Amino acid sequence: MIRQHLPALQVILPLLAAPTCLLLRRAGLAWLFATVVGFATFAIAILLLRQVLSQGDIAYAMGGWSAPWGIQYYVDPVSALVLLIVSGISAVVLPYAARSVAQEIPSERRCVFYTLFLLCLAGMLGIAITGDAFNLFVFLEISSLSSYALISMGQDRRALTSSYQYLIMGTIGATFILIGVGLLYVMTGTLNMQDLAQRLPAVATTRTIHTAFAFLVVGLSLKLALFPLHLWLPNAYTFAPSVVTTFLAATATKVALYALLRFVFTIFGAEYAFNTMPLGPTLLLLALLGLFVASAVAIFQENIKRILAYSSVAQIGYMILGISFATVTGVSAGILHLFNHALMKGALFMAVGAIFLRTGSMQLQHLAGIGRRMPWTMAAVVIGGLSLIGVPLTVGFISKWYLIQAALERGWWPVAVLVLIGSLLALVYVWRILEAAYFDAPAKPDAHIKEAPLSLLIPTWALVLANIYFGIDTSLTVGVARQAAGLLLGVQP
Amino acid sequence: MGKHLVLRLVAKIFIPLILLFALYVQFHGDYGPGGGFQAGVIFAAAFILYALLFGLDHARTVMPPALLQTVAALGVLLYGGVGVASMLLGGNYLDYSVLAEDPVHGQHLGILLIELGVGLTVASVMMVIFFTFTGRRG
Amino acid sequence: MGILGHYNYWIVIFLMMVGFYIVISHGNLVKKIVGLNIFQASVFILYISMGKIHGGTAPIVAEGVSRYSNPLPHVLILTAIVVGVATTALGLALVVRINEAYGTVEEDEIHAKDSSL
Repeated sequence: MIRQHLPALQVILPLLAAPTCLLLRRAGLAWLFATVVGFATFAIAILLLRQVLSQGDIAYAMGGWSAPWGIQYYVDPVSALVLLIVSGISAVVLPYAARSVAQEIPSERRCVFYTLFLLCLAGMLGIAITGDAFNLFVFLEISSLSSYALISMGQDRRALTSSYQYLIMGTIGATFILIGVGLLYVMTGTLNMQDLAQRLPAVATTRTIHTAFAFLVVGLSLKLALFPLHLWLPNAYTFAPSVVTTFLAATATKVALYALLRFVFTIFGAEYAFNTMPLGPTLLLLALLGLFVASAVAIFQENIKRILAYSSVAQIGYMILGISFATVTGVSAGILHLFNHALMKGALFMAVGAIFLRTGSMQLQHLAGIGRRMPWTMAAVVIGGLSLIGVPLTVGFISKWYLIQAALERGWWPVAVLVLIGSLLALVYVWRILEAAYFDAPAKPDAHIKEAPLSLLIPTWALVLANIYFGIDTSLTVGVARQAAGLLLGVQP
Repeated sequence: MGKHLVLRLVAKIFIPLILLFALYVQFHGDYGPGGGFQAGVIFAAAFILYALLFGLDHARTVMPPALLQTVAALGVLLYGGVGVASMLLGGNYLDYSVLAEDPVHGQHLGILLIELGVGLTVASVMMVIFFTFTGRRG
Repeated sequence: MGILGHYNYWIVIFLMMVGFYIVISHGNLVKKIVGLNIFQASVFILYISMGKIHGGTAPIVAEGVSRYSNPLPHVLILTAIVVGVATTALGLALVVRINEAYGTVEEDEIHAKDSSL
């Protein structure tokens, strides 16, 4: 019986666990409860993925109202993969949170912290699973509002201003999405995604639909921090608590990217988006610009979290680049990188959070000689960094490999060369971190800095090992990504 | 007591009426316009009016913040609980038809409970927002 | 249908631009929130006005009435209004805490205080 309700449970479990956390009133209990829920959602996501791969798409009618009238939850390979990565990251981050939160967040706010964390998780899972355009907006706002509050819990007062900045830009983005969905509804009279996809071609040439498309793409680009709409991201990631940075960096922009995929491919269709509207060249240009500008800015940062934040903007460029090709290989490279980047940035930000726990600083100059004092944590940074650059046997290599293959398939070899040059820029900023950690002499040799506690190391290394595992055995990720891309483009792989 | 005597007197007459109207909007919601959102806000408005005229401390003794937080959480849980109940009774999530013997009664019962949950949460969240802002600078 | 035939859209676009302009041009954090509210309100009007049908009544079944306005946009926008209220409350709460931390709500003064560190 449970099996048939899995799509509903995927979202409802964290959504109902959130207020329960508030009622528990004891931080330790709230953490334990949230962790159990995190693992349970991860288990549900695994079951859903297996079910989708073996038996095909799953539709679930909320409240028993069938498809075009009621809200439908719809799981296909694309959403199953996003559900898997979001819930997987939460299952890794929550065990890590206990120590990190105990240090960074005052005790009276910890219950609220876990409440907000679960709400944010529920919102993201909801975006990935819903088959209703307006419902997607609601879940987007649930996750965004809770992430603004989570970011503002950072210790530095600049966390407040960066959260405010994110709130303003995020709300403008969300309102743009609302306008777009409204215009679609005016023209078609439906909000169900599949129903929309069927009815749109009849009115696709009207100016209203063109406007709706533009509003949706710009609004979602704001949410996914596509260059040059990324201005909220570096500050938000730098000043948020370590746990929040890890979670958001690994999931928030990915989920927004998923929403873009859904709107562009499932609702409007590749034909409309790339032939009638000039989405391909626009995304290609912005992706390449973002890749280079953000990587170049990352090289000149002194704060390690800020380096990684700018690197995130650059990595989003890779994902968008893959999508802008509008071929099966290209889109699957984009989806693949969506998955892989969550693994690498998750591991990197967790390791950086562990360093912050022990040293209390994020500045590169204070990290001098940390490689000898925290060997395991820094080893995680090394592997995460190699993955970011795209060295073979890591997930980063797999993404780049398919991306370059997709570029060559279209005959765009200059783009392939640019991707390789982008990796060299990544090499430079990763090298700056490693140089400070391993080769600079520590400023205060007698500082008592120990290796990070096991409760931080184990989750970090879980993700590091995932980086290597999915870099060697690609059958699951590449297989699902290809199937998903074929589905989005409407061709059988 | 000398200050704002007229306002306080008028408020004393009006607050019960506002609360009554909120309950009407809440429970008449399945026959006419109304529902949990509107009722919750009206209900909270009565207490906000009280707090404005009689001081925050008095309002806080009637509605302590810890209680409001609990009620807000319970309202969401009531909403979710109805969904889980309908799931356990064999329907889909939030399918009210299975809640009672015949579907029409089930739908009535379901929407009533759901709106009650919404009303509780909205009212308490509105009050929490107001109390938090006004209590910031003593 | 003249140029004023769809006057509701003119109102929506006017409000949208006013709100957007306030968000971009003002350095005062409270005024930015006000601008954001106007911006959101314009979208609420967009939704509500498109549910109206000429000659349609409130969507409650009654005898002798066959034209009803579409209730769905109203329901949708009720949700969006709640989201808007939550956003406003959260934004103002952040402004209060920024004011406590910096002693000002002017963007340029906040930047000056941060860069002087």
